[in-house]
Amino acid sequence: MKEMICITCPKGCHLQVDETTLTVRGNGCPRGVVYAQNEMTDPKRTVTSTVAISGSFLARCPVRTTAPVPKGKMKELVALLKEHTLVSPVKTGDVVIKNVFGCGADVIVTRDM
Amino acid sequence: MRDLIIIGGGPAGLAAAYAAYEKGVRDILIIERDAKLGGILNQCIHNGFGLHRFGEELSGPEYAGRYIAMLKDTGVEVYSDTMVLELRPDRTVCAVSAARGYVELQAKAIVLAMGCRERTRGAISIPGKRPSGVFTAGAAQRYLNMEGWLCGKRVVILGSGDIGLIMARRMTLEGAKVLACVEVMPYSGGLNRNIVQCLHDFDIPLYLSHTVTDIRGDKRLTGVTVMKVDDRRMPIPGTEMDFDCDTLLLSVGLIPENELTRQAGITISKTNGPVVFDNMETSLPGVFACGNVVHVHDLVDFVSEEAARAGSAAADRIFGKLPGESAVSVLTGNAVSYTVPQYIRDSENEKAVSVSFRVNKVMENVTIEVQGKEKTLCSYKRAHMAPGEMEKIVIPRVLLKNETAVTVAIKE
Ligand SMILES: Cc1cc2nc3c(=O)[nH]c(=O)nc-3n(C[C@H](O)[C@H](O)[C@H](O)COP(=O)(O)OP(=O)(O)OC[C@H]3O[C@@H](n4cnc5c(N)ncnc54)[C@H](O)[C@@H]3O)c2cc1C
Ligand code: SF4
Repeated sequence: MKEMICITCPKGCHLQVDETTLTVRGNGCPRGVVYAQNEMTDPKRTVTSTVAISGSFLARCPVRTTAPVPKGKMKELVALLKEHTLVSPVKTGDVVIKNVFGCGADVIVTRDM
Repeated sequence: MRDLIIIGGGPAGLAAAYAAYEKGVRDILIIERDAKLGGILNQCIHNGFGLHRFGEELSGPEYAGRYIAMLKDTGVEVYSDTMVLELRPDRTVCAVSAARGYVELQAKAIVLAMGCRERTRGAISIPGKRPSGVFTAGAAQRYLNMEGWLCGKRVVILGSGDIGLIMARRMTLEGAKVLACVEVMPYSGGLNRNIVQCLHDFDIPLYLSHTVTDIRGDKRLTGVTVMKVDDRRMPIPGTEMDFDCDTLLLSVGLIPENELTRQAGITISKTNGPVVFDNMETSLPGVFACGNVVHVHDLVDFVSEEAARAGSAAADRIFGKLPGESAVSVLTGNAVSYTVPQYIRDSENEKAVSVSFRVNKVMENVTIEVQGKEKTLCSYKRAHMAPGEMEKIVIPRVLLKNETAVTVAIKE
């Protein structure tokens, strides 16, 4: 049995996962099962950070990935964002990097600036 | 005389404005001291907002952006860069700004939505020197996420509240080394998911029952001493650990921002926020409060929900629909540190009332009980409860019919 905390929503259910059968207990909703099974095989995280922006009222524009990316790629992604500079105006949802690392997630702007 | 003035343009102020507008109020003014609406959400660039409200995981600015967009075309007026200096018992708001100078505005109803501020080193009195490099976690968050300044390279975080945890991850991803997160209590004050994704993911150690006992450095911080504490929270000699660091972040709690509230003579509760009725009205009729100014919320979704209640009740007051006279008091029993609201009045159009509270210790498999004069009125099972997680129960109003006071308690 592996104990883990589901991070899919702020409730943070305490899950027990069987290492061989991947059966899950303690989940408050079905997403907990998906989380636990991914966590055992291919853990992923949503990355949020900022990108430089020129011509706006602030120096940094907040961004996030539209889906979780492999956990091991988080630092690489934040480093990659340093190479980008946006120019105002940008809108929430504008794509900064399409299909980042080919993993199916985009990096998008999260504030109109 | 104005209809409605809302003090604070964070998520609470925005949701209150929207709810009042939906109920038909057309003269609404939001006064915000910052240049932009959105409050603390503008610096909370991480995701985790809006799961309850919008069914999606948004970042803070996105969540605020949704409400700002909802208010577009409603005619809700905003005075930004405007600081409210005083609230008088006759519901006059005194405010100052560069654009308008000093103004006094009276309104039929007021919503207080000023949020919280961070507890500082002064408020928790750590001994040692006073070099630069000691920041509150929220200030560091604002520098990094909005201005683009990383405030240090080797970091120790005191306090395991959510802001500190989020900053541990954020600074690590930006290239800083976070050496430790130190918490004086035997449990963390943050959400479980943040312990996992902000500390465990990056192998940052969490020292529970530990505290910072010394701060070193002349110009810039050069190191701190951390010690284990006993159950009276006193440092245990011989447990000293020294960390070489240039930055200490304080994430030691938030204090509801209630100077205006106190000035107006409104009764304050043990949350440091105003005592409220179930419709979020304070002890001063026509003045409502919602969001972090009432009690510290972990989830913005519940801030919006509470604020919608305040905005809608303010609309009722403006249209002359007054609440019932008699009130049931809500008292705290075993392991419950506070409740919001503290009083529940009769309501014809609502079948149930929601009560939020926090517990004062970590517990497993317990029952929340609402106790009346003679018997337990209703109960709710919980597998896990912790002080870091706000709880909410919904009590059917019929059960309160013959009570003058009810107690919310945890049966262990
Ligand atoms: C660092 C951090 C991380 C968080 N993470 C999450 C998360 O992951 N998920 C989640 O759901 N929630 C999270 N929260 C909680 C959520 O963001 C807050 O509960 C929410 O923002 C509180 O809203 P509010 O409107 O009450 O206060 P605030 O957002 O603080 O807004 C108050 C506003 O009032 C203004 N104001 C104050 N005094 C005056 C005055 N005298 N005159 C004029 N204006 C004034 C302020 O400038 C501010 O804009 C987090 C909070 C923080 C601080
Ligand atoms: S199992 Fe469901 S309810 Fe529990 S934390 Fe995960 S997503 Fe949330």
